[in-house]
Amino acid sequence: MSTGTTLTPVLSDNWDRPESFTLEGYRATGGYGALRTALGMEPDALVDLVKASGLRGRGGAGFPTGMKWGFLPKDNPNPRYLVVNADESEPGTCKDIPLLLANPHALVEGVAIASYAIRSSQAFIYVRGEVLHVIRRVRHAVEEAYAAGLLGKDVLGSGFDLDVVVHAGAGAYICGEETALLDSLEGYRGQPRLKPPFPAVAGLYASPTVVNNVESIASVPSIVANGAEWFTAMGTEKSAGFGFFSLSGHVTRPGQYEAPLGITLRELLDMAGGIRAGHRLKFWTPGGSSTPIFTDEHLDTPLDFESVGAAGSMLGTRALQIFDETTCVVRAAGRWIQFYAHESCGKCTPCREGNFWMVQVLDRIEHGEGTEADLDKLLDICDNLLGRSFCALGDGAASPVMSSIKYFRQEYIDHVERGGCPFDHAKSTVWGGTA
Amino acid sequence: MSTATFPEETRARLEVDAKEIIGRYPRQRSALLPLLHLVQSEEGFVSAKGIAFCADQLGLTTAEVTAVATFYTMYKRRPTGDFHVGVCTNTLCAVMGGDEIFAALKDHLGVGNDETTEDGRVSLEHIECNAACDFAPVVMVNWEFFDNQTPESAKRLVDDLRLGRDVAPTRGPDRLCTWKEASRVLAGFSDGRGAEGTQAGEPSLTGLRLARERGWTAPDPDRLPVGDDPEGGAA
Repeated sequence: MSTGTTLTPVLSDNWDRPESFTLEGYRATGGYGALRTALGMEPDALVDLVKASGLRGRGGAGFPTGMKWGFLPKDNPNPRYLVVNADESEPGTCKDIPLLLANPHALVEGVAIASYAIRSSQAFIYVRGEVLHVIRRVRHAVEEAYAAGLLGKDVLGSGFDLDVVVHAGAGAYICGEETALLDSLEGYRGQPRLKPPFPAVAGLYASPTVVNNVESIASVPSIVANGAEWFTAMGTEKSAGFGFFSLSGHVTRPGQYEAPLGITLRELLDMAGGIRAGHRLKFWTPGGSSTPIFTDEHLDTPLDFESVGAAGSMLGTRALQIFDETTCVVRAAGRWIQFYAHESCGKCTPCREGNFWMVQVLDRIEHGEGTEADLDKLLDICDNLLGRSFCALGDGAASPVMSSIKYFRQEYIDHVERGGCPFDHAKSTVWGGTA
Repeated sequence: MSTATFPEETRARLEVDAKEIIGRYPRQRSALLPLLHLVQSEEGFVSAKGIAFCADQLGLTTAEVTAVATFYTMYKRRPTGDFHVGVCTNTLCAVMGGDEIFAALKDHLGVGNDETTEDGRVSLEHIECNAACDFAPVVMVNWEFFDNQTPESAKRLVDDLRLGRDVAPTRGPDRLCTWKEASRVLAGFSDGRGAEGTQAGEPSLTGLRLARERGWTAPDPDRLPVGDDPEGGAA
């Protein structure tokens, strides 16, 4: 059990400084120094540096970032592309949006360094469409960087050229999946591709492509500036470094907590003033709705990739949605499944049909019209979903259902036996929570 | 099949924009999503004329464009109000009061999900997670953040919108723009307002403030702890 973990603001360190989102504000705290350092290095040395840092993808899957960069084939004659996944849409996940609003230049600098490292002269930042001001901010930062010679032709006189396009999505959760994102960026419906080939070999326009999450790329300048050993001085052996832990729901002070990986919910709750007054923790997601829920049994589980996995869930995006005892778990799971049913792209039958039917079954249980056999039906559908779709959306949909039945089976049965929901939903609201 | 097209003057004007959009991409089909935002900025929704325009610009069939336009929820198939009000009813926001807000607005405006008030001012829709969970419950208007809402504050908000009063998002520009203006920004045309508004809401700063208070920082790169076995053998 880890004790005494403290916060380590890096990407959020300038958010309380004036005009942190402007080039001038960013430079005032050393911004773009890492780009200058990087341009003086061999591209392969940068890939090695990021590998040595142990940085793992911050978009949920946790794949080593440097390794992803290293997978680009050396002999492919096509142009190479860097695509930043800023399609933050996983329920509970709310870290990239505040980062882009307050500190977009950390991403832009990371894009420049990463593009140089993988020898790409064209990068795209795919931002979900439903965050208008964030799109303005990112474009503003890109324009400033162009004007200052940090992007465009001959970056900082190095001979390296880089164009960056900020591309707005149009409302589709599935486009957060990297191959669906690429289809969307090519102007098609966002549907996942069968892998292999992986984007490293055949990505955007069937060319070698690296797709990385915002937070992953934004972390790169700090690694270049401070070294791999600085990064590995935080976190655990296999889950190095820092990351945002986003606390939402029934906590006293919800918000962003930038901490070493391996911190526990108990420690984070202590920092956040605990569960809201007069209430107690019931269940929570460690990394968004696609990661199986945890309960108060898991307060001391280190929030790193390995420990969360060993405890039966996934670290995901460190989106800690916290629910107290006023919350009906059947309602929570049912609402998440409505989301997956709505967002399923329809390509794979198990996901398209499985979610459609789970909505019906969960709805009738929630409203007291279900039977105990419906629980087996749900688990059977999950069994037919898990691992049987092209992408992780299908797997993700099974998580809330299977885990909530695992920990709260009796609560489902209560709905059946009482002929309705035993909870007063008004008590879970922000204004209804006073005990 | 519809042969509807934009009037010549509109078409000529939009073609200039379309050329600029297409020019951003290595392959022109990548311009389809921004082009659909562009035609939505003209009419407030993606009409048969808008689809024909996009198809013509990119050398696609109207069926190919329609297949894309209908996949993405931000493209509207019917006229939309000047202000699109989206209430998050995904689990976290719903539990925190989003369901109550959505019910209150339906009742207050006299419209159902995905419907527009008779005066054409406000369209109401329940939306999925908008990445602002630490500000729950969240309402979006023309895709700008209105954080920490209640049924009462949301009703006041839509009243102000219908009365034509200036409204400022919690985290956004100084003044809300219209649905069509928002669509134009999405198509990639700057409205020059990127530097307006706050840089961080209160929950975004919660962890940082605590770190400042307690003197917590990331390690000093010049004074890293020494003697650690890099293979982790000592752990």
